[in-house]
Amino acid sequence: MELLGRFAAGDLDAFETLFREHQKQVYAWVVRIVRDSGVAEDLTVETFWRIYKSRSRFDPAGNFHAWARRIATNAALDHLRASRRETELPEDLAGPSAADPAVRRETRERIKQAFFQLPAKYQLVASLALIEEEPYRDIAKAMGISEALVKIRVFRAVRILRKKLSSLVEEVATK
Amino acid sequence: MNNEESTKKVKALLKAAIAPMKDTELQRDLWPQMLRKLDEQPSPLNNIPWFDWALAAILGASLFFFPGTIPALLYHL
Repeated sequence: MELLGRFAAGDLDAFETLFREHQKQVYAWVVRIVRDSGVAEDLTVETFWRIYKSRSRFDPAGNFHAWARRIATNAALDHLRASRRETELPEDLAGPSAADPAVRRETRERIKQAFFQLPAKYQLVASLALIEEEPYRDIAKAMGISEALVKIRVFRAVRILRKKLSSLVEEVATK
Repeated sequence: MNNEESTKKVKALLKAAIAPMKDTELQRDLWPQMLRKLDEQPSPLNNIPWFDWALAAILGASLFFFPGTIPALLYHL
């Protein structure tokens, strides 16, 4: 029986093989969403836990990578929703920023704060589409929604950020 | 300001404050962590809610004390 078939039948060795093959890709996707390496590691394990639990629903003829990415995106979204009340910035962002040094610290903090206060589903698309510049098509596939809906969410995220950062947006506009 | 323009400006601000993730490489193998999680999970019997156990106990008790209900129960199944 092929690897995916054995996995769907509950074979732990097949699951281990799939885990080792895909953990890097899942981690690389999740870390772009949550922007924290420790959280991304935990979410990678959580993703594979969900994959293992729902193995009987997986069609061995299907695309494991796409399925794993979709589950990973949902796990990351759940994390963003659960951590709404936390105001601290993720560890990877709290230290000296690798971003544009010309932008003053307080300005950066204001932008970060506005970004991390976005509703989870808007923060997710803003992170992937605006910061990481992932294609809308890939984001749509990973979220299980249409490309048009991704565009709408990006538009809404931009609108919220524009309201919160109106003075900064004007400054950029005049430069 | 049209939508495309404002998206560009917000995008520029965001990217100036939050850099794209450069280090997306996984630093360690997570399989040992995964195995721990698999081992920690309680047996499926522990996942059954208490009221299901209570219902089963009530059914068992009523069948024990009133065996006459067994044919009626079988008839309705």
